[in-house]
Amino acid sequence: MASIGTGYDLSVTTFSPDGRVFQIEYAAKAVDNSGTVIGIKCKDGIVMGVEKLITSKMMLPGSNRRIHSVHRHSGMAVAGLAADGRQIVARAKAEAANYESTYGEAIPIKELTERVASYVHLCTLYWWLRPFGCGVILGGYDRDGPQLYMIEPSGISYRYFGAAIGKGKQAAKTEIEKLKLSEMTCREGVLEIAKIIYRVHDEAKDKAFELEMSWVCDESKRRHEKVPEELLVEAKAAAVAALEEMDAD
Amino acid sequence: MKLLDSTDSGNSSSIERTQYPYVTGTSVIGIKYKDGILMAADMGASYGSTLRYKSVERVKPVGKHSLIGASGEISDFQEILRSLDELILYDNMWDDGNSLGPKEVHNYLTRMMYNRRNKFDPLWNSLVLGGVKNGQKYLGMVSMIGVHFEDNHVATGFGNHLARPILRDEWHENLTFEDGVKLLEKCMRVLLYRDRSAVNKLQIAKITEEGVTVSQPYALKTFWNFNAFQNPTVGAEGSW
Repeated sequence: MASIGTGYDLSVTTFSPDGRVFQIEYAAKAVDNSGTVIGIKCKDGIVMGVEKLITSKMMLPGSNRRIHSVHRHSGMAVAGLAADGRQIVARAKAEAANYESTYGEAIPIKELTERVASYVHLCTLYWWLRPFGCGVILGGYDRDGPQLYMIEPSGISYRYFGAAIGKGKQAAKTEIEKLKLSEMTCREGVLEIAKIIYRVHDEAKDKAFELEMSWVCDESKRRHEKVPEELLVEAKAAAVAALEEMDAD
Repeated sequence: MKLLDSTDSGNSSSIERTQYPYVTGTSVIGIKYKDGILMAADMGASYGSTLRYKSVERVKPVGKHSLIGASGEISDFQEILRSLDELILYDNMWDDGNSLGPKEVHNYLTRMMYNRRNKFDPLWNSLVLGGVKNGQKYLGMVSMIGVHFEDNHVATGFGNHLARPILRDEWHENLTFEDGVKLLEKCMRVLLYRDRSAVNKLQIAKITEEGVTVSQPYALKTFWNFNAFQNPTVGAEGSW
C-alpha cells in the first residue's frame, strides 16, 4: 500500500505508469488518520456515530460537530480534514435546497449522493485544485426507505448496509459484519454503534474521545437529528460496560 | 409584466413596473392574549370581484415560535412561505439549540418586502407575524412597501378600518383564550357584513409557548332579521 510515487505524485493530474493517481491516494490517507466514523442501515432507519478525538482538554464538549444535517431527512458524518468537510457539507446543503426549490420535494438520497460525489470528483480533475481530504458517510430516509452511502476523496460512492472510515475502520467493519442489521431497530443500532466505537478506540495512541451520534428513522419521524440525550447516555453506559466485560475475560 | 427575473443581481434592462394583484386574500387580524397570540383570517381568495377560492389557508406556522398571516396576492404569499421554509430549514440544520423567534422572522420579512419595493417589484402582501419565544409575546405587521411595526393588536386591509376601532376599545392585557376568540369573531363578523371580499369560512390560529394550533374552518352565525330588512319596499312606491 505504501509505495512511493516519486515524481508521479506531485499533481492530481498526473497518472503513474501503473495507472494510479497518487494525490488521490494520499488524500485517502488523510481520512485514514482521523477518528473512526461508522454508519449502519437498520430495518427502520440509519444510525451514524463518530469517534471525535479530543485534541485539547479545554475544548467544550458538544463543540466541533462532525455530523451535520443536510436536509430534514438526511445527514452526513465527516472523517478527515474538518475544514474540507465543511465545504462538502455546505455544498450538499445547497444541492438539497436547490433540488427542493426546483422539484418541490426532498432530494432523493441517491441523487444527493451523486451530486456530492461528482463535486468531490471535480476537485480531482484540475491541477489548481486539490482533492478533498475527507470521506463522508451520508445517511438519509426518503420514499425508497432508509439508505446509506459512502463517498471517498476520489469521488467514488457506493451504497452500503454498514460502512466505516477512519483509524479503526478495519476493526469496525469486522464488528459490523457480525451484526444482523436487517432485524435490528435503530434503538438497538445506537447501542451497537456505541459499543463498536468504544471497542475500536485505541486507548494507547489517542487519549480522550467524545462520542457523537445521530439517526434518521421512523422514531425520529424520518428527520435527521442527534440521538436523544437519554438514549445516548444509555448507549455510552452499555458500551463502557461491554468493554469492561471484555477486559475482564 | 417583466421579461427578466427581477431578482437578478445584474441590472435588468427591462422596464420595471408595479405588478397588479390577481388572486387576493382579504383582512387578517391578530391580537395578543394571555398565553400568546391569536390570529384570524377567512379562507377566501378573490379573483377581482369574484370570490373564486374558498379554502385558502392564509395563516400558517413558521418554525416553532411564529405564525404568519397574509392578505393580498396569494401567489406572493406562497413565495414568501417558500423563502421562510428555507430560512427555517437552514436554522434547524445548525442544530445549536437556538431557533429563530418571531422578532427575527419579522425582521427578515421586513427586509424582504422593503428590498423588493426598492426594485419596483413588490410582493403584494400585508403580513401579520406573531409568536411567543421564551415567554415573550410578539405581534407585528409588514406592509408591501416595507412599513413595519409591532403592537398589541394588528390588522390588514379592511381590518384596519373596521376591526381596529373595536380592538382599541375592547382589547385589554391578559385576555383569556375564550374572550380573545370572541373578540376576534366580533371583528370578523363586522368584516363579513361589510367587506365585499369576505367569505363566511374562517380559521383562528393560536400560538403559545407550547406550540401552534390552527382551528378547523368554521362559519360565523349572521343575523339578518332586522326590522328595516322586512318589507324593504315599504314607502318606495312612486320613487326609485
